[in-house]
Amino acid sequence: MTNTPEKRTLTRRALLQQSAALGAIAVTGAGFIAAPNAAWALEVTAISEHQMVTLLQMARDIYPHDQVADEYYVVAVKGYDSTENKAFVAEGVAKLDALAQQTGAASYVDTKWEDNRVALLKQIEDDAFFQTIRGGLVTGLYNQKAVWPIFGYEGESFSMGGYIHRGFDDINWL
Amino acid sequence: MAAKFDMNDDSVVVVIGTGAGGGVLSNELAQKGVKVVALEAGGRYLPEDYVNDEWESFGQLAWVDPRTTSGDWRVAKDFSGLPAWIVKAVGGTTTHWAGASLRFQEHEWKAKTTYGDVAGANLLDWPIDAAEMDPYYTKAENKLGVTRTGGRAGLPGNNNYKVFEAGAKALGYENVHTGRMAINSDDNDDRMMCQQTGFCFQGCKWGAKWSAAYTDIPRGEATGNLEVRDHAHVARIVHDKQGKVNGVEYFDKDGNLQLQKARVVCVAGNSFESPRLLLNSASAMFPDGLANSSGMVGKNYMRHMTGSVYAVFDKPVKMWRGTTMAGIIQDEARHDPSRGFVGGYEMETLALGLPFMAAFLNPGAWGRGFTTALDHYENMAGMWLVGEDMPQETNRVTLNTDVKDQWGLPVANVHFSDHPNDIAMREHAYKQGQAVYEAVGATRTFPTPPYPSTHNLGTNRMSAEAKDGVVNKWGRSHDIENLYISDGSQFTTGAAENPTLTIVALAIRQADHIADELAKGNL
Ligand SMILES: Cc1cc2nc3c(=O)[nH]c(=O)nc-3n(C[C@H](O)[C@H](O)[C@H](O)COP(=O)(O)OP(=O)(O)OC[C@H]3O[C@@H](n4cnc5c(N)ncnc54)[C@H](O)[C@@H]3O)c2cc1C
Ligand code: SF4
Repeated sequence: MTNTPEKRTLTRRALLQQSAALGAIAVTGAGFIAAPNAAWALEVTAISEHQMVTLLQMARDIYPHDQVADEYYVVAVKGYDSTENKAFVAEGVAKLDALAQQTGAASYVDTKWEDNRVALLKQIEDDAFFQTIRGGLVTGLYNQKAVWPIFGYEGESFSMGGYIHRGFDDINWL
Repeated sequence: MAAKFDMNDDSVVVVIGTGAGGGVLSNELAQKGVKVVALEAGGRYLPEDYVNDEWESFGQLAWVDPRTTSGDWRVAKDFSGLPAWIVKAVGGTTTHWAGASLRFQEHEWKAKTTYGDVAGANLLDWPIDAAEMDPYYTKAENKLGVTRTGGRAGLPGNNNYKVFEAGAKALGYENVHTGRMAINSDDNDDRMMCQQTGFCFQGCKWGAKWSAAYTDIPRGEATGNLEVRDHAHVARIVHDKQGKVNGVEYFDKDGNLQLQKARVVCVAGNSFESPRLLLNSASAMFPDGLANSSGMVGKNYMRHMTGSVYAVFDKPVKMWRGTTMAGIIQDEARHDPSRGFVGGYEMETLALGLPFMAAFLNPGAWGRGFTTALDHYENMAGMWLVGEDMPQETNRVTLNTDVKDQWGLPVANVHFSDHPNDIAMREHAYKQGQAVYEAVGATRTFPTPPYPSTHNLGTNRMSAEAKDGVVNKWGRSHDIENLYISDGSQFTTGAAENPTLTIVALAIRQADHIADELAKGNL
């Protein structure tokens, strides 16, 4: 993730200048996407800002965890910003947007309710595009060590001597 | 100390694969003074090398050479290139295994006699029985240090077990305990006791769980009679004009093809690779592959009836803490056709870490129905269901000549479809598993589909008569007298129990037999 102080400044300023916030995510122009609260910023080079925002929204809709902040979803999808994925992403996003437009929305990300976006995703569920994004998220999202504590998972315990003296049998409600 | 044998030394026994079957056989033969060259496709990893991180460990240890799948099992859809979750390393899948070590029940040696004719199933009695296996089971339990046998204490129950036990008792189950496990409940056999770290599937970093990698292999090497060559992928078994096998060709570390001569060859590459190797060794004399006059090589593939039940509670469980498989309910293991199926199943606690839970809870599922389950990961308990599945000739390993591995060899295609008996048993097991958790207040339960196979059996099965199988009661091929099968592929039927104790007991028994035959000049 590109998250240097310079870019934060830039994105904050850009944010003030533009009000292109889509959902919880903002396209700031100039190849940058940032959280409205500037918690993170991402630079895209190969794919467009709109395409990256779409991937982020897809990630949130496919595996929605309200307690997990956007920045972890960003980590899971930012790899699609590459020349080799460019055509693949462009085609998938275009199809999703076309389906959204049939419902009267401007695009998939412009579709306000999660249920309505999920209905759109259902229509492309069997496409290689959807399956690739979903499959990638299984490890891309849940295999981030930083995400584990949010779910209570403690990871390795060998370095702490296992749980033999640290509560392997501490259940108290049975 | 480890021996070093010449490629042209044709007095050696060559063992292919160093897992539960091959690793144990190699050591047992070496202890008896028999010279052994063990060839292992994977590398060497010891407890200090194991990584307690699910995907990283998978990358380190798992067999990921290409394989293909067909049939109506869900694994073929969700994990089409990964029909099995097994290991490629010295020690084989005993690095991964959970350690549950159960004897077959007496009647399970005689499935055909006990269950009668089951339409569509290719049942057969084993040519051996419980009485004959009893002393070998005792030796195997002592080798593995199995808890609740030989005076060894049971392991303490972790949180996941306590929930499971409370539910089982509430339901009226009686045979519930922390299992017979190849995990030290006390320091034993130069290995320390279990520290309840909870990464049994990733290789036990304390060495508390038995694995051939750090017991049988180094002990065999210490005799000076065993040479283990790692990164040695066997491509073909070769034979002489009389049709006796006399060597094996393998790709070494550097990718060079080598020929190791042999007096006896024992195949123990797990139930996909063993038949694949026999089929890939076809010659002018044996056009259908070695030891295949019956046409049974690769057929009757069994993987156990499996499934899991996870449950969410309103309070924390933290199931990942402590032994991965921490206890068992055995009440459903009996044969009782009034339940609507023959054979029985075991219920065993199981825990997955968050990364594997995301991958395996309901593969392919997405949206809030799925994610709200993971949201309560901390409040989850889990069990695995494992029961006897029916051998079917159509469930089989064949060569897929359209797909080649990194050595240019045709890969194994694994075809599997459930038998109606397997489906009826799974439905029953799901219902009972869900009831166990509901009895202690589960707010939601998940009947989770089978994972890629961990138990692989039957593809070179043992039979009294040559026409019904591939090997005789010693694991010796019916067709070629100096060719043996030494892994789970010999299983005639699968029984309800996890297979490894039986694989180990058969390997100990086979070592006695081979040493005896060598001494008598019969090999
Ligand atoms: C996650 C997990 C949990 C398990 N838990 C249990 C349990 O609790 N209880 C139980 O009883 N069982 C358990 N099992 C199953 C158990 O691990 C296997 O039954 C057992 O290891 C099989 O022994 P094997 O000798 O047939 O094969 P393996 O142990 O798999 O050994 C085969 C070896 O042969 C090598 N090989 C294959 N082909 C070639 C070739 N061409 N050339 C050279 N080498 C080759 C492989 O690399 C491998 O090292 C578990 C398995 C898994 C994956
Ligand atoms: S729980 Fe016990 S057996 Fe399992 S890895 Fe940890 S120490 Fe080893």
